[in-house]
Amino acid sequence: MKLLRLAPEKTNFPFMRFRRVSYPFSAFMSIVSVLLFIFIGMNFGIDFAGGTLIELRSNSGQADVKMLRDMGEHLGLGEIEVQSFGNSSDVTVRFGLQPGGDAAQSAAAEKVKSVVAGQFEVRRIEVVGPRVSGELVQSGTLGVVLAIIAVLAYLWFRFEWQFAVAAVTATMHDLLLTVGFFSATQLEFNTTSIAAILTIVGVSLNETVVVLDRIREVMRKYKKSSIAEIIDMSINAVLPRTIMTSTTTMLALLALVLFGGSVIRSFSLSMMFGIMVATYSSIFICSPLLIYLGVRDAGPDVDGEAAPTTGKSSAKA
Amino acid sequence: MLRFATWKVVSIVLVSVLALLVIVPSALSPSTYKAIQTAAPWLPMRQIVLGLDLQGGAHVVLEVDTPSVIKTMVENLRDDVRRVLREEKVAISGGIGMQARGVQVRVPEASDRAKVMPKLRRLSPTTGNALLGQTGGQGLEFNETSDGLIQLTLTEAGINDKVRRAVDQSIEVLRRRVDALGTTEPNIQRQGVDRVLVQVPGLQDTAKLKEILGTTAKLEFRFVAETGASPTEVETLPNKEGGNITIEKRVMVQGEDLTDAQPGFDQRTSEPVVNFRFNIRGGQRFGEATAQNVGRLFAIVLDKEVISAPRILSPITGGSGQISGRFTVEQANNLAILLRAGALPAKMTIIEERTVGPGLGQDSIDAGKRAAYVGAFLVVSYMLVTYGVFGIFANIALAIHIAFIFAALILMGATLTLPGIAGIVLTLGLAVDANVLIYERIREESHLGRSIISSLDAGFNRAFATIVDAQVTMFVAAAILYFLGSGPVRGFAVSLGLGILTTIVTAVTMTRMMISLWYRYGRPTKMPI
Repeated sequence: MKLLRLAPEKTNFPFMRFRRVSYPFSAFMSIVSVLLFIFIGMNFGIDFAGGTLIELRSNSGQADVKMLRDMGEHLGLGEIEVQSFGNSSDVTVRFGLQPGGDAAQSAAAEKVKSVVAGQFEVRRIEVVGPRVSGELVQSGTLGVVLAIIAVLAYLWFRFEWQFAVAAVTATMHDLLLTVGFFSATQLEFNTTSIAAILTIVGVSLNETVVVLDRIREVMRKYKKSSIAEIIDMSINAVLPRTIMTSTTTMLALLALVLFGGSVIRSFSLSMMFGIMVATYSSIFICSPLLIYLGVRDAGPDVDGEAAPTTGKSSAKA
Repeated sequence: MLRFATWKVVSIVLVSVLALLVIVPSALSPSTYKAIQTAAPWLPMRQIVLGLDLQGGAHVVLEVDTPSVIKTMVENLRDDVRRVLREEKVAISGGIGMQARGVQVRVPEASDRAKVMPKLRRLSPTTGNALLGQTGGQGLEFNETSDGLIQLTLTEAGINDKVRRAVDQSIEVLRRRVDALGTTEPNIQRQGVDRVLVQVPGLQDTAKLKEILGTTAKLEFRFVAETGASPTEVETLPNKEGGNITIEKRVMVQGEDLTDAQPGFDQRTSEPVVNFRFNIRGGQRFGEATAQNVGRLFAIVLDKEVISAPRILSPITGGSGQISGRFTVEQANNLAILLRAGALPAKMTIIEERTVGPGLGQDSIDAGKRAAYVGAFLVVSYMLVTYGVFGIFANIALAIHIAFIFAALILMGATLTLPGIAGIVLTLGLAVDANVLIYERIREESHLGRSIISSLDAGFNRAFATIVDAQVTMFVAAAILYFLGSGPVRGFAVSLGLGILTTIVTAVTMTRMMISLWYRYGRPTKMPI
């Protein structure tokens, strides 16, 4: 049987030469992300901003969006956001924190429920008070920071410090661009998005570790080659795997985006973006950084196998 | 590589079959499940627990109103101080001043101060649970100035203790009420120091639930009716210890006059008892009523149910008494909690509320299933066309990997939520990645000119180091998610963490086993990838 190969059998791309393009490009994208975050900001869901979210399905099959917008005004709920998605009968109604503490939030939700009763089926209600939302912001940020610190420590322990710094730089780059992605697309940012962000951190590290692992191995084998040559050799060696894995993951995520339903769409979309960025950064950001950090100076690794493998050498890991 | 001990093969196959058996009940339709359960009730069948986002239901978080708890504590403290001063007949200048977190009183005579201080000091409750052997700090702080001003301030530990107990008693009361709704398996648990989480699957009408959660408990002390009492003056209420009990309608003392109830040990018999204390009004009434009715039974009624009916052994004057009755430590603890529930109605506010209608829950399941089928189909075919016979091995390992995750979730009794499904999908990606790493490495080694067996061996060994590194980094992230996250994030972390653990077993060990069996019995002459 003829098997499918997406990657050419033996590649020899000079990846390291691209760093003169990829570094300015990434720097530019990072700045854009920061600017987007500062000036447009993320579309924080009620988990973080506090407030009420009600998902409705019209009984008549056609949601009266205007009526819902007007309702916000005459109930005095402040700015009310009505969003339809999927089809003409499903809408979500979202409004911010009501003055008057926790009890006022529930009361507002009840008011809306009584107004729409009869016309709509209430499919989901979420009310998050001011205190809860504040705590979520704190624990979410803490989670990301701690994850990065823990991983930095682990990689430092497993590799050399240059590898750890390079990996964490790439991860922060991915994180920054993902924040930019959330700001640019205005996808709702909620607790599930925190899960997405942390998964992106994980995937980014996975990609990085696979590449770094190979660089370390090749470095021990070819002691005479320049670091740029070694990195190029390593990336070309893992390229078939990188292509294979990212296409499979993309296929699975694509299924989630297309068929997974409204609730996890924002999760799946951000994950897709994150995986693309993570794959890019592991090759073009993390690896070249080793050249600048001067990884060769950090003490010799003498326990590697000598000379290129030529056939029947021992199969020692 | 070739040597794969028979016992290893047998145990891997056995574990896989077991995992499949565990998930079978969850795949059955509800009617089939019911039918089998009635036909063979001895079968240990468990279905996967679906989260509220998948099956619909209500999720409410309540918080004890700490300021109101403090206010009640300060009021009770003032009453206690007044009683002590009265008993000692000590003159004070001005009244008893109430402050935000304590009271102050001016006792001009130094001799009077010396007389009352020891008594006042005894008012300070020790924090922590005496029955559990915890010895905490003091609940009160004392400050005495030379010009006669005595200040009693509630300590942080004392307040926290009270709030903690207020949450305990609320949980007890909430459970009784939500159970009365007759819905399936409500989940009521403490969150942090001052919060209670209530989850009721399948419940739609949150207005009803909120009404139930909002009302405070009603505690009454009444007499058990004597034979021959007029039927118009008595009523029959359910007894917590079983059966019904007829009691008088007349209320001896209201629960709001009870200031505290604590489990403890009798000083002589060292048998578990419940100590309780009334405020001045309650103490007087209770004293009079018990003095006239020694030997009779009185009933403690909470929310129209008799929770205990002890006998009055002696008049209980002075505001505090003891209920004994061959309790176990746990029973004494529970009775104290129930008494306090009625005694100190802590106000609770709803700070978070989520309801998912059954329609949306079903839609989410359907959408998740559809996505899973399509995703699985794409991945499986892709692996097949890329790796041929090795692709089949990878796909079998992938199927067992999924079975393992679900079996683990079922056995742990963990809840499957939507983000949990997303986590499972992600681990599928990781499992595939592990296989890809191995296969690509095998190809690479084979291209270097190695023999089949030597490339297989080298491929597995070299890829394994990378896989472990990658999975451990992922696991670090999952663990942090689990410990810091709550609700949805936690569900995600659980499936991700489980998935990482099973990946090592399925994608590495199992694939290796299949390939070694294939090599042994297939006798291949060239590398199939």
